[in-house]
Amino acid sequence: MTAPLTIVIVEEDRDRAGAIVDALKGTVACEVHVIGNTTGLARKIAAHQPDVVLIDIDNPTRDMLEELTLASGPLDRPVAMFVSSAAGGLARAAIEAGVSAYVVDGLRPERLKPVMDAAIARFQIMRQMRTELAETRRALEERKVIDRAKGLLMKARGIGEDEAYALLRRTAMDQGRRVAEVAEALVTAAGLLG
Amino acid sequence: MKAVSLPVAYIPLVDAAPLIAAQEIGFAEAEGLSLDLIAAPSWSSVRDMLAFGRVDAAHLLSPVPVAMALGLGGVTTAISAVSTISVNGDVIGVSRGIEARLRASGFSFDFADAAAAGRALAAACSDGLTVGVPFPFSMHAELLHYWIEATPLSQLRIDIRTVPPPLMAQALAAGDIDAFCVGEPWGSVAVETGVGALLLPGSAIWSFAPEKVLAVRTGWAETEPHLLGRLMRAVWRAGRWLADPDSRTAAAELLSRRTWLDVPSEVIDRGLSGRLTILPSGETREVPGFLEFHRGAATFPWRSHATWIARRIAARTGLDPNDAASAAARVFRSDLYREQLASLGADMPGASQKIEGSLSHPTAVASTSGRVILPPDRFFDGRIFDPSRE
Repeated sequence: MTAPLTIVIVEEDRDRAGAIVDALKGTVACEVHVIGNTTGLARKIAAHQPDVVLIDIDNPTRDMLEELTLASGPLDRPVAMFVSSAAGGLARAAIEAGVSAYVVDGLRPERLKPVMDAAIARFQIMRQMRTELAETRRALEERKVIDRAKGLLMKARGIGEDEAYALLRRTAMDQGRRVAEVAEALVTAAGLLG
Repeated sequence: MKAVSLPVAYIPLVDAAPLIAAQEIGFAEAEGLSLDLIAAPSWSSVRDMLAFGRVDAAHLLSPVPVAMALGLGGVTTAISAVSTISVNGDVIGVSRGIEARLRASGFSFDFADAAAAGRALAAACSDGLTVGVPFPFSMHAELLHYWIEATPLSQLRIDIRTVPPPLMAQALAAGDIDAFCVGEPWGSVAVETGVGALLLPGSAIWSFAPEKVLAVRTGWAETEPHLLGRLMRAVWRAGRWLADPDSRTAAAELLSRRTWLDVPSEVIDRGLSGRLTILPSGETREVPGFLEFHRGAATFPWRSHATWIARRIAARTGLDPNDAASAAARVFRSDLYREQLASLGADMPGASQKIEGSLSHPTAVASTSGRVILPPDRFFDGRIFDPSRE
């Protein structure tokens, strides 16, 4: 029987961290520590003597972890990102899912794989949720701008709402641009002209 | 003809200008390319995106591909630095507390004399210093180590720590670090927000230091030579455009846009012009050659730059210096540079390596088309690096 893996997750958001912990614990025997505050990050991680460190690829503090991979770094066991060639295919999948992993040298691929599979699946869901949220926000923003542009046209030209929208759409088609772009240009121009 | 879209990773910094200008001013389009510029949140993610094929080219710290060739940092995919994107451009800054102590000691903040600045800083901070750099493998770290070793700072306890540049001013304000070495606009941002003062430009330590390189996977360079040539030509022309003083205002405006750096153009212009505001009180200093994109064969990937970096890293990490130097020399691809850019009339030095630190004033050297003027490449302590004799 092998000892459970020690995994450190670097994540500020408690909910997200919790979701990753659950996903990992449901898959492999492991002890998971979450680090939220990034001051003295490398040293805090070293204190746990982890086998694997997981961090969101979009986290700018990730460069602080690179110190773990140096000979003079704070971990006495060398750490690398996917040293094992057996894990090579995982690296690309992980990057696409948005997670980077630092793995202690010598960890057997068959022990690493289930951890990475679980992490990749969880990060993929979180990334998808974030993309959807951003899309929704953008759509909402665009609708507001289009509404303002419609209002400006209705007032300036004395036309109705449907006609104002048709005008925006026609202009967008003629110029090969998106309706939201034309609307934004109009709102900006109106702002400048007072 | 529809342009070929090429994914390229970069970090939003003033020295990413050649890539941004290549796309925005039309140099890429002229080569039938559309650069899909992907802003990365960290240098490790730029490296990983390039190594694992998410992008085909990247704006990369010059020591990163060297470190990868030495097996350091965990990712060892073979990377080629096909040209230098920028030379110089870093600044060293200190906290307001240290600024006050330096001032009290009569230090002039000349922003030029690295030996004097090292002496003054060592005297003002006898209980040690924590210094932030963007990445463990960076010209910032190399310049700092070099400066520290050759000044009384070597007697101090100095901790060099990685801090992401956008968080540098904040870390300085919070007291997590006492000083930093960082690229523009982040040094000027620290001054602008009143948390720091600038002590030296990187060029005061080494007057012609390769800062960022255009990096591709070596395998990709072999399978896509035509695409590589188009990319290299577009970026080279963008560098030439940026070096023209008439382009500066337009370049500062362009970079300041929200899509790119999202920093006021006036702050960006400081790095582009070399006219830096060094103190929150508003004093300015002018630094000739503060940041170069073109002049003096700036984009030529000298093999001696790679071997200098490799020997410095090897000495710190306990690797064999000769093995490190020969591995690194293969990373800076002066061969590909010659092959791909010969047709443009780019300055093409006759040799692919030089004795670093030997030029104290602009010097004409042999080139394939006659002569090329190389700018000074002095180290502040007058040391010479001869790559063939080390």
